[in-house]
Amino acid sequence: MSELTLRPRETPQLPAVDLSTTLAGVRFPNPVFTASGCAAAGQELDQFFDVTAIGGVVTKSIMLAARSGRATPRMAETPSGMLNSIGLQGPGIEAFLDKDLSWLAGRGARAVVSIAGGSVEDYAKLAMKLRGRPGLSMVEVNISCPNVEDRGQVFACDPAAAAAVVSAVRRNTDKGVPVFAKLSPDVTDIALIARSVVDAGADGLSVINTLLGMAIDTTTMRPVLGGVTGGLSGPAIRPIAVRCVWQCHAALPDVPILGMGGIRTGLDALEFLLAGASAVSVGTTVFGDPTAPVRVLHELAHALAERGIDRLSDIVGLAHQPAQKYVPQDPDPVGDDLPEES
Amino acid sequence: MPVQVQGEVLSIRKVGAYNAMTVVAPGIAELTKPGHFVALQVGGPESSMLLRRAFAIYDVKERGVYGGTVEFVFSVHGKGTAWLATRRPQDKVDVVGPLGKPFRLPTQPVNATLVGGGYGSAPLLPLANALRERGSRVDFVLGAGSADRLFGTLDAKRIGSSLSVTTDDGSAGERGRVSDVLPDVLDRTRADVVYACGPMAMLRAVHDLAAARGIPSQVAVEESMACGVGVCMTCVLPVVGDDGISRMVRSCVEGPVFLGERVRWDDVGTVPEDVLGAPVSTGGGH
Ligand SMILES: Cc1cc2nc3c(=O)[nH]c(=O)nc-3n(C[C@H](O)[C@H](O)[C@H](O)COP(=O)(O)OP(=O)(O)OC[C@H]3O[C@@H](n4cnc5c(N)ncnc54)[C@H](O)[C@@H]3O)c2cc1C
Ligand SMILES: Cc1cc2nc3c(=O)[nH]c(=O)nc-3n(C[C@H](O)[C@H](O)[C@H](O)COP(=O)(O)O)c2cc1C
Ligand code: FES
Repeated sequence: MSELTLRPRETPQLPAVDLSTTLAGVRFPNPVFTASGCAAAGQELDQFFDVTAIGGVVTKSIMLAARSGRATPRMAETPSGMLNSIGLQGPGIEAFLDKDLSWLAGRGARAVVSIAGGSVEDYAKLAMKLRGRPGLSMVEVNISCPNVEDRGQVFACDPAAAAAVVSAVRRNTDKGVPVFAKLSPDVTDIALIARSVVDAGADGLSVINTLLGMAIDTTTMRPVLGGVTGGLSGPAIRPIAVRCVWQCHAALPDVPILGMGGIRTGLDALEFLLAGASAVSVGTTVFGDPTAPVRVLHELAHALAERGIDRLSDIVGLAHQPAQKYVPQDPDPVGDDLPEES
Repeated sequence: MPVQVQGEVLSIRKVGAYNAMTVVAPGIAELTKPGHFVALQVGGPESSMLLRRAFAIYDVKERGVYGGTVEFVFSVHGKGTAWLATRRPQDKVDVVGPLGKPFRLPTQPVNATLVGGGYGSAPLLPLANALRERGSRVDFVLGAGSADRLFGTLDAKRIGSSLSVTTDDGSAGERGRVSDVLPDVLDRTRADVVYACGPMAMLRAVHDLAAARGIPSQVAVEESMACGVGVCMTCVLPVVGDDGISRMVRSCVEGPVFLGERVRWDDVGTVPEDVLGAPVSTGGGH
């Protein structure tokens, strides 16, 4: 696939805005990433857009061993969202390193590798496997997994378990490679978990993972998903995601956040930046629009230019400041959309 | 290699219970082979329906007055296809295609039996043309619930050496299922290969009948798909690989056409214990 030259959509010129963003010391040319589980390892999407043109590719959470995932049906479309119950299907870390990470590195993409496990030891081993790998920009720790050593209690919902995983990953990861902990919104106080993983060494936070949901088929009168419950994603969860980013940024203003949850347009991405995210992931939207990450990037650049903002980093968390501190230029003054002749 | 195209509806017409839509979508026709499918956005840019809808490609024209076109046949199933049925010429639709692995064609002339259920006959018609061009004999078995849900019988009659029709209610052809008449057709035509597209239960019955006679089959499956391009892992079914190991494979990129003998028919909809990486307990998110 790498030899593909046909690109249906030319990459249009970006307005002169400094879109670069720095996540825990690592600089990315722009803030739009894919989301874990919504882009595989980038190869398929590279048919539709140049995966090196976005901030980075966040890969599907990888585990130590190959994993079949759950029974079908694995998805249900819901209003402005979807439920998924994939069950972390994947080839296991060795095959991933051989085939996927090496492809991303060869392609020149910035890879953010998401890892998942059932025990602290699993995560530590995965982190070790990633040491010294070319192409690796960041590690994202998917802690929305059941802890097999604690009756299946999800790591992300327990501050101590989440901290144990993150500290094991941080200890076993190369120095210059940031470790981001991916938080679940299914908790009472997300800032509490955020603090706990940051204290344990997380360099940043990915916010948010899916919310646990369920759908029942009214014809068969049984759950739709083979896995019964599933993760809800898409624009339906965006307000929750924005709230979570806001709360994490308010609690930990110096910790970089990769924000996500229902981003569909450049303005949606802007909303996350204003709430405190330094970068964003575009997930479910990719299923309906495989070129969405580059589209969102361009829309965001234009939205910033229209508002007279020439540096993205200036507006991270801006919504937390009192309104009078920043008076935006009217992006669309009255009469702007009238034909020029009239 | 699939492309994403802002297409424009050229025509939409009723064919019995179905709709046949032709979309001007330059770049897709040139790459299409029988068995490929397209995936369309539905509901417009502000739609609450986020996922694409998949349709088997029926006909393509590489060049016309309007540029390349793609035609597919669809039945109104839920909200997305209902929206699609209300599109009119010049309406815009976002199309991705061609997707999936097409039917494999034999290298030598053979006797091929093509079995279609409902709109499943749509991709079989261009396949029949391709087989004929290579000197193969083509016999059709088409079935549906009722006469208005048969598609392409006229084309099939023209292209094929024979056509057998069944309907569940007897409103056209023989009353019954394709599997009732298939054994006869396979024996009479000395079929070398069977191609099938239709509901899963039909595909299985076709495979079983063919396999019992030692005849290889290729089947085009229809699994629920969220992305259609290989990135989400929703569209899987258990399939035996070249190495003899079963895996949950993505029907959007490794299918929708599979060799019948490779599909774990008893286990579709489940994760059999001997599949690579099984078992995985239920519950939770992704
Ligand atoms: C490879 C392939 C080829 C297909 N070819 C045709 C065709 O030629 N003609 C035709 O009429 N239909 C075809 N289908 C089925 C068609 O995609 C569904 O009928 C359609 O997606 C239903 O959308 P809806 O919004 O009307 O239904 P809803 O039930 O509202 O759809 C909800 C969600 O479920 C998915 N979904 C529901 N049913 C199916 C299904 N049977 N298959 C896949 N996804 C489903 C939809 O994509 C959507 O994401 C094909 C499916 C696949 C996978
Ligand atoms: C089909 C699917 C699979 C996913 N798989 C993973 C995964 O493996 N690891 C993970 O951390 N998040 C996974 N997610 C969650 C997304 O990365 C993202 O956090 C969430 O969907 C919210 O963003 P969105 O609304 O833009 O999709 C998955 C989401 C979907 C829809
Ligand atoms: S439909 Fe997404 S991987 Fe097949």
